[in-house]
Amino acid sequence: IFWFNYRHVANTLSVYRSVKRLGIPDSHIVLMLADDMACNYRNPKPATVFSHKNMELNVYGDDVEVDYRGYEVTVENFLRVLTGRLPPSTPRSKRLLSDDRSNILIYLTGHGGNGFLKFQDSEEISNMELADAFEQMWQKRRYNELLFIIDTCQGASMYERFYSPNLMALASSQVGEDSLSVSHTFFTCLFQFKVCPQSQCVSTPGHRTDLFQRDPGSVLITDFFGSVRKVEITKDTINLTSPVEPPIKRSGSGDIQIESLTYVDQLPVAEIIHQKPKQKDWHPPDGFILGLWTLILLVFFQTYGIKHLKHIF
Amino acid sequence: MPEKQRGRYAALAIAAVVIVVGIPLWWKTTETYRAWLPFSEISELDSLQLQLSVDIEVVFSRGTLTPEQQKKFPLSHVNEKEHQVDAKTGLRYKYETRYRTATIMEEDALNQPTAAEADLSLHMLSESSCGSVVVYVIPESSTLLPEVRFRAFVYFYILKSLLKLIMLIPAVYFQDVKVYVGQRRTALLRSPPFKTSWNLKEVLSNLDVEVEQVVSTMSFGHQDIVAALSNRVRMTKVTKESMADSMRAIKSSPGYEITFSLLNPDPKSHSLHWDIEGAVQSYIQPLLNKLAPIANFSVDSQILYYAVLGVNPRFDNSVSAYTLSADSLSHVINPVEARLGSNAASSNPVLNFLLYVPDAHHSPLFIRDHSKREVPSNAFHSPRWGGIMVYNVNEMYGPEAERPVDININMAKVMGVFLAQLRLMLGVQHTHPPTGFVLQSPGSAGLADWELDRLLWSRSVENIATASTTITSLAQLLDQIGNIVINDNIAQQVSSAVTSLQSAVAELEAGNLAFALQYSREAILASERAFFDPSLLHLLYFPDDQKFAIYIPLFLPMCVPIVLSLLKIVSEAKKRRADKQAKSD
Repeated sequence: IFWFNYRHVANTLSVYRSVKRLGIPDSHIVLMLADDMACNYRNPKPATVFSHKNMELNVYGDDVEVDYRGYEVTVENFLRVLTGRLPPSTPRSKRLLSDDRSNILIYLTGHGGNGFLKFQDSEEISNMELADAFEQMWQKRRYNELLFIIDTCQGASMYERFYSPNLMALASSQVGEDSLSVSHTFFTCLFQFKVCPQSQCVSTPGHRTDLFQRDPGSVLITDFFGSVRKVEITKDTINLTSPVEPPIKRSGSGDIQIESLTYVDQLPVAEIIHQKPKQKDWHPPDGFILGLWTLILLVFFQTYGIKHLKHIF
Repeated sequence: MPEKQRGRYAALAIAAVVIVVGIPLWWKTTETYRAWLPFSEISELDSLQLQLSVDIEVVFSRGTLTPEQQKKFPLSHVNEKEHQVDAKTGLRYKYETRYRTATIMEEDALNQPTAAEADLSLHMLSESSCGSVVVYVIPESSTLLPEVRFRAFVYFYILKSLLKLIMLIPAVYFQDVKVYVGQRRTALLRSPPFKTSWNLKEVLSNLDVEVEQVVSTMSFGHQDIVAALSNRVRMTKVTKESMADSMRAIKSSPGYEITFSLLNPDPKSHSLHWDIEGAVQSYIQPLLNKLAPIANFSVDSQILYYAVLGVNPRFDNSVSAYTLSADSLSHVINPVEARLGSNAASSNPVLNFLLYVPDAHHSPLFIRDHSKREVPSNAFHSPRWGGIMVYNVNEMYGPEAERPVDININMAKVMGVFLAQLRLMLGVQHTHPPTGFVLQSPGSAGLADWELDRLLWSRSVENIATASTTITSLAQLLDQIGNIVINDNIAQQVSSAVTSLQSAVAELEAGNLAFALQYSREAILASERAFFDPSLLHLLYFPDDQKFAIYIPLFLPMCVPIVLSLLKIVSEAKKRRADKQAKSD
């Protein structure tokens, strides 16, 4: 957990807030935060995350729904959410339940480099993996249009490899540049991404729209950031004349015994402590390779003797 | 020098062991397990040629044909139409028509006083198979078909707008009903005028136009089938209406969850009672039972207190009521949806039906459509999400009533609206029958048999299209990434999907719609399970550069002495041969 990544969490939460304000409900948002800034011991104001240093807007708030937190934010989980290959026990809130009419907005922020984005300081996602994941989403028609925004150093390299249709990408910096963005400066850049002068945004924003089918000029920001449902008036009704039948009585007349419901007995603590460790796949012990090599070398020298090495070399 | 020779033999022996035993052992133990997949059959599935066969039976009752014309019966005729949708997808429609005369029992059935009763007694005689259409031709002078004027007035009022109605009344008033479409798969057609001098061929060609109209109403239409193929085919030219239709109906899924919610923002004034269990059982369950071949349905209900609409209604002085305009309706759904509970365990699509009883201060609340007119149903729906109905209760009690007022909600009225919305959500297409057609109302089941057939046609085609694209893209993925492990269960799912797909296409060709749908459902289930298996993440398997990085420090130090010693042996052997050559010279 690194404190200097505070701004990334603040950026992500600002985007989350904007998207919610424009109408998208939590059931349609998958929020992944790698660090818990709000409850970090270094946070001078616990349970809050601010997007600006004059602390005017607490972007953490009361109704934040974080779906993947801390160590759950991994490249594997991210790709699983995108492609839908989650284990059957995953709840709805952790899934991307989109269909062919959904417009998807993906906002990534963090540290990155040429062709990759860092996850959790020890993992990376490469631009090729991302492009392959989008292609699989396209094959299964999991999106109608997709807007990909990336706010990292050399972010433009992440979208170079995309090849699926209907993708639009925006990056806060080109290859070879560092991104030093603060969230609302970035948003200013975002909304005028064609006219951002070098003085205001330290880095040059980039974009890619060649895979997009519609004219990019006609795309509204709210197509991705907001959600307005299409609504039709119900004109037909069905005339139901038969009376409502009473619900089927369960068999057994007279008093119906209703058994009181209780919670299932939780697993007793004693059993948890003494649980056997899970069976892992068998790997040869670490010293094995080393021992094997020692054996080979010993046999070798036994056969030839040191003084006969000149026969070989 | 025996030692030198021993050294040579040792080096050769080590090299031999490494090559003969070591390399095969290493190869076998580091192989990824890839179960066999029927790649050739899958590539065959890439190009899809679908044939849809419809069985049509045309039955002539007494009085429509002369005995001369009837001599050639029974007669059958096949009509085929081909459409190439795109490079990889082709459609062929085969209409097999059989002509015959009516049996005595059918004549008795047709002698009933009204068309509805005739339809019922005809159904008692024989059950027509899924997907077929039966047309009974009745004499021109028959009084069986109902008087159109009053009926059509009511029917068209609901459907068309006021302006169009004014233009229609004269047309409708003077037109007789030509076709009566029953609740099942039969239609009664009033025979067009035939000359007795015509031979059978002329009669039939005259009749064919009418029969084709009936069939296109009761059976699938080309636009519906093309829309069902949208997963495979990129839609380039779509009319606005067909786009609205395709967006409204929910995509084919193995199961759906239907949730009924009662929203009571003002429990202090209204104490609402709704018999939802009984209503669901009486009105909704028959429809769901009829739709059981298509998907599994689960129904639940909830009551939400202090739930408000996100939009403020405006007070309209002219009707002294609050109104919600059509434009503000789109903003109602999202805030409400955040508060609705749903079944977290399943990933099935959810259809929500909300009943909103306005609070006492904002009653009555009416919905206005885009032309600012009142909507009789007081309800609206959002495609692929569900519907909302506003139920006003202000007339049920006076100002002196003791609060909270006990109110029993009229479930028949509510369910009438929800049922209509549910039909739209599930894809029961809006048919615009040609003039002169009267469609019998679906009755207690909520769905006529021929409407179900239309749904089955489009669902089967949609399932087949989706399953085939899923399987082909999965095969492509597994082919491209050589080191993904293909477990046995995935291979089994893929094989079963392929066989189910082939059976579904064959059944469609043969005209067995029910079986085709069943096989297509199995195909789509198996293909989705195989595609979304959690083990198929390409990330989990090592790319080639990482493999090299692991193997080189292991094998290079081992191979260097062996290779160098072999080279030394070879160079010594060459030197000896050169020496021998020089000696012999």
